[in-house]
Amino acid sequence: MIAILDYGAGNLTSVRLAFERIGGQAEVVTSASRAEKADKIIFPGVGSAASGMAGFCGRGFDRVLRQAVADGKPVLVICLGMQMLFEKSAEDGGVEGLGILPGTVEVFSFPPGQRVKIPHMGWNGVDFTPGHPMLNGINPGEAFYFVHSYYVRPGKPDTTLGRTEYAGFNFTAAAGRGNLFATQFHPERSGTAGLRLLKNFLEWDGTLCS
Amino acid sequence: MLLKRLIVCLDVRNGRVTKGVKFKGNINVGDPVEMAERYSVDGADEMVFYDITASAEKRPIDIRMVAEAAKRVFVPFTVGGGLRNVDDMRAALLAGADKVSLNSLAVDQPDILRTGALAFGRQCIVLGMDAKRVGVSARFPSGYEVVTRGGREPAGLDAVEWAKKAVDLGAGEICLNAIDTDGMKTGYELEITRKIADTVGVPLIASGGAGTVAHLADAFEKAHADAALVASMVHTDGYTCSGIKKELAEVYRIPVRR
Repeated sequence: MIAILDYGAGNLTSVRLAFERIGGQAEVVTSASRAEKADKIIFPGVGSAASGMAGFCGRGFDRVLRQAVADGKPVLVICLGMQMLFEKSAEDGGVEGLGILPGTVEVFSFPPGQRVKIPHMGWNGVDFTPGHPMLNGINPGEAFYFVHSYYVRPGKPDTTLGRTEYAGFNFTAAAGRGNLFATQFHPERSGTAGLRLLKNFLEWDGTLCS
Repeated sequence: MLLKRLIVCLDVRNGRVTKGVKFKGNINVGDPVEMAERYSVDGADEMVFYDITASAEKRPIDIRMVAEAAKRVFVPFTVGGGLRNVDDMRAALLAGADKVSLNSLAVDQPDILRTGALAFGRQCIVLGMDAKRVGVSARFPSGYEVVTRGGREPAGLDAVEWAKKAVDLGAGEICLNAIDTDGMKTGYELEITRKIADTVGVPLIASGGAGTVAHLADAFEKAHADAALVASMVHTDGYTCSGIKKELAEVYRIPVRR
């Protein structure tokens, strides 16, 4: 069973429907006891860091997630979820993250004269580190759909699995380690390429060699 | 680099997509969800569904259509028309819409933008605005006035002032439809599009008047739009989304998703 963790942050309909579309079954789960029975975990996210962390930890999902990561279960993390994996976020006046990946979450900041629109919203190309099983069939530089005002700054360079450029600024668009794969973009809204990435997750055993 | 977006608009009347000229004389062109799926697979970056008869018939937006679209469209989509309050917005978003578009309601009750942004995040709140050229005056410094109810009622608001106020309240994106050029296929109204695009700190969608790919290129290059909305070009005039993208990229060197 694939569990989509529902911690009260945003709408999970599109993630669930995207898995149905590619012939998978993903169940929206609201309790830790149900989530720990899952073979694979999806940690989505729309919303803000403070309420996200409170909802996530309040339901005991932090314990389930750490266990899943330790057990080698494939874990896919999306958008705000990816930001919550890191140690600390600048959002909401400063929020402690889960600290599963080293690094921080920062707000996009451009000189006022540059007139850059925030959030970074729309389609943008991602340069992935090649060879990851989650990237089978994804073209180099493929575009995905983003909506975010904060970005992650990993403490270790090898945490970054894909990079994107916005208004001259280069940031981490995909991150991970072992069985954990996280995207700042929304694969469930990213058309054919996004569905391909989700299909790769259905097929992924959590290891890095194929 | 953030790519310029091609958005396809589906005006839905009694469950069917229609295409009109200046909101009059609509013709029936097909099933909205089926068309949306086809366009999205062919390269449309986003879809907009307007339930254009909902408000006139005083009924909520067709949620069944939204839910059906969510099963078949895997690019972001916006719904508008027939959204009367925050509960209607919530229902549309929970059914799978990514954004809701508010037009006349936002003019009547500007605070709905603030409550909507607080409840769902400003990235979900699109201000749809119809602007009509009225000439520069003390009352309308931009030379464009906001009109509502599908272009029938003048709102007494300057278009640029209203766009600024709406963004301050909570709009995360603006879809600017020029009434004078809507359905005319003579190109977008570049002047007001550029004024608003350069003024607000949120993305601007140009709407109303696209007839050729050159018109879209102008919206991006001359009017600084972040996205361009098309309807009849792809519904009835033989253009395809992939063809438009190819021409934008290869002829006009506009960065688009291919």
